[in-house]
Amino acid sequence: MENKTSRLQILTKGIIKENPNLVLLLGTCPTLATTSSAFNGMGMGIAASFVLICSNIVISLLAKLIPDKVRIPCYIVVIAGFVTLVQFIVQAYAVPLYNSLGVFLPLIVVNCIILGRAEMFANKNGVIDSALDGIGMGLGFTLALTVMGAIRELIGNGTLLSGFFLGDEALQESLTIHIPFINEHPMLIIALAPGGFFVYAAIIAFVNWLINRKGGTPRDFACGGCALASMCTQEKCVAELGEIEIPAPKAMAQKAEAPKMTEEEKAAKIAAAKAAKAAKEAAAASAATAEARSDNPDPVLAAAENALARKKAAEAAEAAGEKKGDEE
Amino acid sequence: MGVYFSIILGMVLVNNYPLAQFLGICPFLGVSKKLDSSLGMGIAVIFVMVMATAATWPIMRLLDSWNIAYLQTVVFILVIAALVQFVEMVLKKFVPALHKALGVYLPLITTNCAVLGVCINNIDLGYNYPQALVNAFGAGVGFLLAMIIFSGMRQKLENNDKVPKPFQGVPITMTTAALLSLAFMGFGGLV
Repeated sequence: MENKTSRLQILTKGIIKENPNLVLLLGTCPTLATTSSAFNGMGMGIAASFVLICSNIVISLLAKLIPDKVRIPCYIVVIAGFVTLVQFIVQAYAVPLYNSLGVFLPLIVVNCIILGRAEMFANKNGVIDSALDGIGMGLGFTLALTVMGAIRELIGNGTLLSGFFLGDEALQESLTIHIPFINEHPMLIIALAPGGFFVYAAIIAFVNWLINRKGGTPRDFACGGCALASMCTQEKCVAELGEIEIPAPKAMAQKAEAPKMTEEEKAAKIAAAKAAKAAKEAAAASAATAEARSDNPDPVLAAAENALARKKAAEAAEAAGEKKGDEE
Repeated sequence: MGVYFSIILGMVLVNNYPLAQFLGICPFLGVSKKLDSSLGMGIAVIFVMVMATAATWPIMRLLDSWNIAYLQTVVFILVIAALVQFVEMVLKKFVPALHKALGVYLPLITTNCAVLGVCINNIDLGYNYPQALVNAFGAGVGFLLAMIIFSGMRQKLENNDKVPKPFQGVPITMTTAALLSLAFMGFGGLV
């Protein structure tokens, strides 16, 4: 019984609680670009859901066979195969959708949602769970896209359900609902590029308000949203990178496996390094003294510079000698 | 010469990749918090875009001549991923300074709409090889420009504490991007 409940949870968490668009903030490119009308949004959502479900199933079936190092390219090949399939299906049966989605249909292959779910869920869970997860996430994605497309279409175009039914022009014209006032004076900016950003911002603000009311914390664009997060070589997120030195993963693993030095060994190592440095400074200082010959043409100034250089070298040698005395 | 100039102008100002065509939004919003990371990311994007176009345009001609053009998506994404991986290794071995500055962003750009988008756009718009390279370069420069301007705006936003609670974080960033996109719409009739 518990297994069944958790399966239902897997199915429904993608719809509201962990909606990929609005809560997890994945897949922002198609969300902004294809929601100029509700139909385009829904079409994009259905196409992406199909790819998500199929690739989740196939990847969870092949999870044990794929070696760990080449898993990302393998997943990409599987996903790209399904995307090519969807491209041809849409081109054959829904030409207006194909024209309006444009370049975003083949770009489903790099959609963060699909690669991210494959990486984080499908390669660790069974086939049924992965399929349910795909269905849930796909439903959530489609829902969010349709709602956003409906809002943008309503305010930016003054119509509802335009282009919804794949038929000829007359059928579509008879079924489109034109809202009286907005249809004559649409707010065109909402249907264009800036409107996409702004409506998405407004919807996320609404979702954040809901999340804050329930006591959670809204997410930010960070590594959690990147599909490659688990194979990343970075300790901190790229957005917060400053002057942080990033060790390569192999070096990190070697460091973790190297036998830990005891405290005394560490202290002895530091002391040895300091002594070597002091010796080097002393040698450099003596070399400087030997070569203190400035190339100033004026003899008086040259003599002064030589004296200064010798004095500096002597001071450096003294300091180095002092440090060495400290160590011993 | 005029054709190349209009391609670059179009790509940088009119059809700006993150602001007008919505390609490459994730790194655009994720990395543009600070100016130097924006700069590094922008230069890495230009580099990867030009390289990816240089590799994928001849491959598309090859696929066309063998009548397997339907493999475009699969082949492109594999070529781009492999190429970026390879370049990262080469940079690490031969130009470590460059690798330290830009190498961090290279994996982030690989599975990203912007690079695959520019490769597919080149084919769809029917450019020949030099035009495609110029197009990719222009797209990268447009990306860099948008990111630098946006990072300046975001740094100003950080000092502002009057943002309403639901809008803090992602929504106000998106609204700022909306305003910047609106500003770039003014270049609409240029080309």
